[in-house]
Amino acid sequence: MGSQSNLFNNLSAEKGLVLEIAPFTVRVQSSITSFIKTFSQLYSCYPLKADDGFFSDFHIQIEKPLGLRRWLKPQVKFYFDGVAPFTPLPISQAFPSFEWGLNWCVANHSYQYLIIHAAVVEKNGFAMILPGNPGAGKSTLCAALVTRGWRLLSDEMAIIDLKTNELIPLVRPVSLKNESIDIIKGFSSDAFFGDRFLDTSKGVVAHMKAPMESVLSAKLRAKAAWVIFPQYVSGASTSFIEINKSKTVIELAKNSFNYNALGKKGFDSLCDVVQNSACFELKYSCLENVISMFDDLADNKLNA
Amino acid sequence: MLDKKRLLIDLFVKPETVNEITLSDWDLLIRQARQAGVLARLAIFLDELNLLNTVYEQPRNHLISSQIYSQQFSRSLEWEVLCIKKALDKKDIPLILLKGAAYMENNLNVAKGRLFSDVDILVEKTKLTKVEVLLVTEGWMPTIFNEYDQNYYRQWMHEIPPLKHTQRNTTIDVHHNIIPITTKYSPDSDLLLSNIIKIKDKDIWVLNYESQVIHSAVHLFHEGEFKNGFRDLLDLHLLIVDFSKQKDFWKKLVIRSRELEQQIPLLLALRYSSLFFKTPIPDTVFHAVKQEAKVGFFKIRYLDFLFKRALMPDHSSCNDGWTGFARWLLYIRSHFLRMPLYLLIPHLFRKGWVGYFGKKS
Repeated sequence: MGSQSNLFNNLSAEKGLVLEIAPFTVRVQSSITSFIKTFSQLYSCYPLKADDGFFSDFHIQIEKPLGLRRWLKPQVKFYFDGVAPFTPLPISQAFPSFEWGLNWCVANHSYQYLIIHAAVVEKNGFAMILPGNPGAGKSTLCAALVTRGWRLLSDEMAIIDLKTNELIPLVRPVSLKNESIDIIKGFSSDAFFGDRFLDTSKGVVAHMKAPMESVLSAKLRAKAAWVIFPQYVSGASTSFIEINKSKTVIELAKNSFNYNALGKKGFDSLCDVVQNSACFELKYSCLENVISMFDDLADNKLNA
Repeated sequence: MLDKKRLLIDLFVKPETVNEITLSDWDLLIRQARQAGVLARLAIFLDELNLLNTVYEQPRNHLISSQIYSQQFSRSLEWEVLCIKKALDKKDIPLILLKGAAYMENNLNVAKGRLFSDVDILVEKTKLTKVEVLLVTEGWMPTIFNEYDQNYYRQWMHEIPPLKHTQRNTTIDVHHNIIPITTKYSPDSDLLLSNIIKIKDKDIWVLNYESQVIHSAVHLFHEGEFKNGFRDLLDLHLLIVDFSKQKDFWKKLVIRSRELEQQIPLLLALRYSSLFFKTPIPDTVFHAVKQEAKVGFFKIRYLDFLFKRALMPDHSSCNDGWTGFARWLLYIRSHFLRMPLYLLIPHLFRKGWVGYFGKKS
């Protein structure tokens, strides 16, 4: 680990650091201290690549924009191969801007995959897709599941291979917002969190480190067995209702980043995924309750 | 050892060398192609030569991704053109497409993987108001409300202020000429309109082949920004290669440039297209255009200095120490070409004033 953390010092070098965040290779460069700190904590167990002879999918820089403002009220910009696609953020949000920016890179430059806005976890070889609008509680549920032995594939994007219809992991820190942060901290003492970022456009944000086992098996794909639309409802007792498959296809298409561009291929893949999955709507307030129910689902599926 | 600055250009010129490109060269090449706006075009180009499958998996994924995106782009563009056609049909106004949309409807090679933001159409100046009203009632709404800019467009530009569709967010530029009428280089628009051709089996019109080349050249060599300069030069190369298969193309091209008085842009188009992409151009044509354009020895050296840099892919790895300066000079040049000083100075003053003191009407 020692040499690994030394390597993270390279982040501020001119060429930055090349990291494998499967299925992508990402070159990251930044001289912002707070970014280097959080990044090296949350990405410490990802494979590093030697500097040359590799292909990086995304060349990312997190830096202060030039100009006088950098001395008065410093800001941070996300650069994709030297181009800044977004307006700058306060410098305190350097790490979240990397996470959001990398999501943008993947969503806009990976039309070879069908990408759906959803968390994905796996147990016993069966994957569960958890789509959800912001605030529905998909990331909270996803974080809770991965602290209890489910493998993290992604908390943000279900990436589907258009040829095999398998889910491709994109293992990254789980981004939690507002109350969810303390809920998960209270739920698992093992969970490691980076700094809290206050006053972001999404409220308070903190990132839970992805479990090491999930990072190590980031190349292991999985087939979907369930599509579950979670909805956190304060004080509600758990309700779990099977839903219509055609409705599920439509909902997933609505939640997709790139379905509109994929034509028939996208439609066929989506139908295949849903056809082979059991589809449910979940209303919950008690995480323990949901996890034991999901554990049963996964065990029954294994024994079936 | 491959020349890093020329990775992208060399691949278009000598695609058979694709297998000599190392993985770390691809790392740069994909970025050059993306910033130059030709990633999808490169993908389709390699695919048609059956070379795409020989590319390493990682860069190939980026090529395939952009290829898929461009297929979607073509589908939506086709739909957009159909919507515009339906609108114009209501008053029996012929649909005359310019540039990108024209290339696509005509199934030209240059259209493959070419991404752009606006559909450009050409109408007779006397019918501008009629067309504008028609489009507005069909959902394309004005985007510019500032009075100065509105008047500026209507008085001096070759197009009316862009219209944007309220639901699809697509933009139409309605032109009555191909460059601003403030410039002394502006061609006679009747000459453009009297030489349009109908696309086979479609009720859609485009400029004749020679005029399409000249339009593309005028556009590029009057331009002040070169974000898409490389792509636009590649457009010219592909157009010329496609059209030169037509009977008497070269003869007509020279005559047309004379009629429209656009010999200089044509000379520059032929010169840089052949310098960059080895476009096959007969010596006699070069000679004829050179004689008519009357660009002196020193002026051509000066323009070479500028355009050889400005037309490179807009990526930091393709620049040299003079690129920024060259692009800046061309930016200034474009303003001088666009309007005489008595218009330019008040215009720049006004723009500068608004830039500093905020946007008051």
